[in-house]
Amino acid sequence: MAGYAHPEVLVNTDWVSKHANVRVVEVDVDTKAYDEGHVPGAIAWAWNTQLCDTLVRDILPKSQFEDLMTQSGIGKDTTVVVYGDNNNWFAAWAFWQMKIYGHKDVRIMDGGRKKWLAEARPLETEPRSATPAGQKYQATGPDNSIRAFLPQVQQAQRAASAILIDVRSPQEFTGEILAPPGLPETCQRGGHIPGAHNVPWGKACNDDGTFKSLEEIQKLYGAEGVKQSTPVIAYCRIGERSSHTWFVLKYLLGLGDVINYDGSWTEWGNLVGAPVERGVAKSAGQV
Amino acid sequence: MTPLYYTERHVQIEGWEVNLTTYQLGGKWHSKADNVSPGAALARVVADTREEAEERALARAKELLARTKRHMV
Repeated sequence: MAGYAHPEVLVNTDWVSKHANVRVVEVDVDTKAYDEGHVPGAIAWAWNTQLCDTLVRDILPKSQFEDLMTQSGIGKDTTVVVYGDNNNWFAAWAFWQMKIYGHKDVRIMDGGRKKWLAEARPLETEPRSATPAGQKYQATGPDNSIRAFLPQVQQAQRAASAILIDVRSPQEFTGEILAPPGLPETCQRGGHIPGAHNVPWGKACNDDGTFKSLEEIQKLYGAEGVKQSTPVIAYCRIGERSSHTWFVLKYLLGLGDVINYDGSWTEWGNLVGAPVERGVAKSAGQV
Repeated sequence: MTPLYYTERHVQIEGWEVNLTTYQLGGKWHSKADNVSPGAALARVVADTREEAEERALARAKELLARTKRHMV
């Protein structure tokens, strides 16, 4: 963790194995992986049912977030460690949302589920249910300074006032495919927001699922013109991969102005009249 | 329980690079196929043998990947 701007938000697998007094949560799109076996003592959050509004397309409303925390045995001072599959995609989403609602001490287990398995650390197969917290969780916020909404992204695109980082695969970025292979197409048009830079989220990870070193991450994003003072908007398809990149930029690199556009391509790529660029980036420039 | 014999390998399916992860847990074999890029899980299978788990995971991945439409850009 040496050198990261905020090393306190990252813990390794060894640390987790030695700290039983924290709330560990496995976060994924659903709980299939958790059900196979999970970090002993961990509870599960499913993105598709527990970490977004299931009626309106949105993050959890504040009251539902408070209910989730309370039911998960989490108080304002609880240390929460999130981890998951896909190198912590959905764990990063949970982290981002917990920051929106003001939770102070949330950390990500570096390497996620993949590293825990590869290290042959023990798994528990019985599901855990937390004892609800004695007091109802009181969230703050929402802090929308870390969340981009469509008008803000449109303005940034028109004025070239922020670097747009599209973290999807190159095939999604160019418009060759409309959704990740194997998933249904959920947009009307393929391509990317004009001017966006394509830096797939996984480039910030090592093969074992851990984050790359500070120097490697600086080099990766520095090549796209990202500097400490540069406003950055990260987006993907539905906002979960970009929350991973948002985490990297904000907490590992320490950028002061980086926000996650969770509407992402499933919003922009369905808008009537929205400008779209296909193929490799043509106009990506410096801010 | 402890996961044993954890392996990962890359295979090409329908023109896509797929990462196949397999391990044994409690006498059963767990296999997962995911895209290398973007990294989404395609299939998860539990079976009695490594071969069966991997074969079924790859078959399911192939079925899903074969449906992916490529558009001209």
